[in-house]
Amino acid sequence: MIEVENLTKKYGSARGIDDVTFTVEKGEVLGFLGPNGAGKTTTMRILTCFIPATSGKARVAGYDVFEDALDVRKRIGYLPESVPLYTDMLVPVYLEFVAGLKGVDRRDIKNRVAKIMDDCGLNAVSKKYIGELSKGYRQRTGLAQALINDPEVLILDEPTIGLDPKQIIDIRGLIKNLGGRRTVILSTHILPEVSMTCQRVIIINEGRLVAVDTPQNLTYQLQRSQQILIRVKGPEKEIISELSKINGVSRITAKENGVNGINAYLVELKKDMDVGNDIPPVIVRKNWSLYEMRPVGMSLEDIFIKLVTEERIH
Amino acid sequence: MRNFFLIFLKEFRTYFNSSIAFVVITIFLVLSGYFFYNIFATFSTLSFQAMTNPLVAQQFKELSITEMVVRPFFGNLSVFMLIMLPMLTMRIFSEEKKSGTIELLLTYPVRDSEVILGKFAGCLGIFTVMLILTLPCFALVLVFGEPEMGVIVSGYFGLFLMGTAFISLGVFASSLTENQIVAAVVSFGFLLIFFMMGFSAGFASERIGNILKHLSFMPHLSNFAKGVIDTEDVVYYLLFIFFCIFLNMRSLESKRWRG
Repeated sequence: MIEVENLTKKYGSARGIDDVTFTVEKGEVLGFLGPNGAGKTTTMRILTCFIPATSGKARVAGYDVFEDALDVRKRIGYLPESVPLYTDMLVPVYLEFVAGLKGVDRRDIKNRVAKIMDDCGLNAVSKKYIGELSKGYRQRTGLAQALINDPEVLILDEPTIGLDPKQIIDIRGLIKNLGGRRTVILSTHILPEVSMTCQRVIIINEGRLVAVDTPQNLTYQLQRSQQILIRVKGPEKEIISELSKINGVSRITAKENGVNGINAYLVELKKDMDVGNDIPPVIVRKNWSLYEMRPVGMSLEDIFIKLVTEERIH
Repeated sequence: MRNFFLIFLKEFRTYFNSSIAFVVITIFLVLSGYFFYNIFATFSTLSFQAMTNPLVAQQFKELSITEMVVRPFFGNLSVFMLIMLPMLTMRIFSEEKKSGTIELLLTYPVRDSEVILGKFAGCLGIFTVMLILTLPCFALVLVFGEPEMGVIVSGYFGLFLMGTAFISLGVFASSLTENQIVAAVVSFGFLLIFFMMGFSAGFASERIGNILKHLSFMPHLSNFAKGVIDTEDVVYYLLFIFFCIFLNMRSLESKRWRG
């Protein structure tokens, strides 16, 4: 649905994005991850035909963003980061205006606006000027204008920034529901958002593509060894020496001393070894108490930091 | 065509929603009403004196309401337009650039020409309302005197062309910057230069003086105010308008290829 090939954008001598290549399949929700100034917005602006690329090609729904800009723009819904809306228009009037510009059939406009206001939860503000809206409602209005023509491709630049937790959940739900029917590109620097809403992640740093994969794969690939955290009540030294004997455990370290003598230990395993069944019997046999045992996955935060700081490519 | 109409309607409404239209139109009408009063009062005093004192009457070959009220009033209106229209046009692109709404507008399936002409027509709509609301002044002239209708019609036609030219330059200036003050100053400055260019014709050589006179707004308006619709004047304004719109198209387009 979206093909980006060797896309480069230079601002004077400064680099916006550098040789970025990726594709997005129809119906996919793609997360675009990167620190501030990494080139997320630049990429999105090129895809929405707002600015041209210095070199490289980008195609949306089969149309080149430079050659057939009007055809591309007909098929996308775009929500820029700052959610720029006309503050002196009423919410429904604004949506009708956008619907008209986006080529919604004249007779359908009223219905379409009513439906989208319903979907985005905007009915409460149907008599308000956009300038009077709270951040959350502005965001929803922004999302509504992007969705009004039922676009094939949705490009959202940090859609949940500045919202309260309830609103974030609402918006994420809305986006998640869009996947499948539509292709969505979503930029963010909030990592849990990506693992929650996206099927695939692109990590970009300083204009370069650092990684492209599913959130799960990224987590898996980057872990050199698996780790298990256990909390056990018992003598520390003995616990470490006993557990180290288990086949598959490469190292065990005391993490922290908890209350009532319950201490936490980090058990590092050899690659592709599962010792989940072997640890509890040892503890029970020794008459210690097992309070907690859980695998420690690498969070997207860890991956992100790792990739962005090390620039390792997987 | 539909996009043009939608943008036109939106801009026209925005002027009223944001009260710009009310303020600009009101001040314009107050100014023009005040100046009209002065011109009209002077004329009626003169006529009164001429009626009672033959010495005064001798100074005037004829006391024509067309020459002494209608024509100078058109001149006054053109000056108010010069001051007011840059205030009207300054926001038209600058505001969108500043607030970022231009990013959404230009990513909708809309042609640049539709955006420019729609916005241009929105300003033109407000200006037309302004002009129409000055009609009562001329209605008064009609009640108390017998002005030549042809002059009024051609004068309005000239004013309309002139105002359209002012707006085209103002809209172009606005497309160059995200700062409304800069847009207003640029358009006001350039309009004033074009307005007064003819003044220096007297100091220049004949050829250059002629060029300056032909480039200036004022001489082209005075023909209309005399009741003469000369194709030269019409073509002058039309060319000015087309040139500004052309530059506007290029300035909007430049965003697409500028690095």
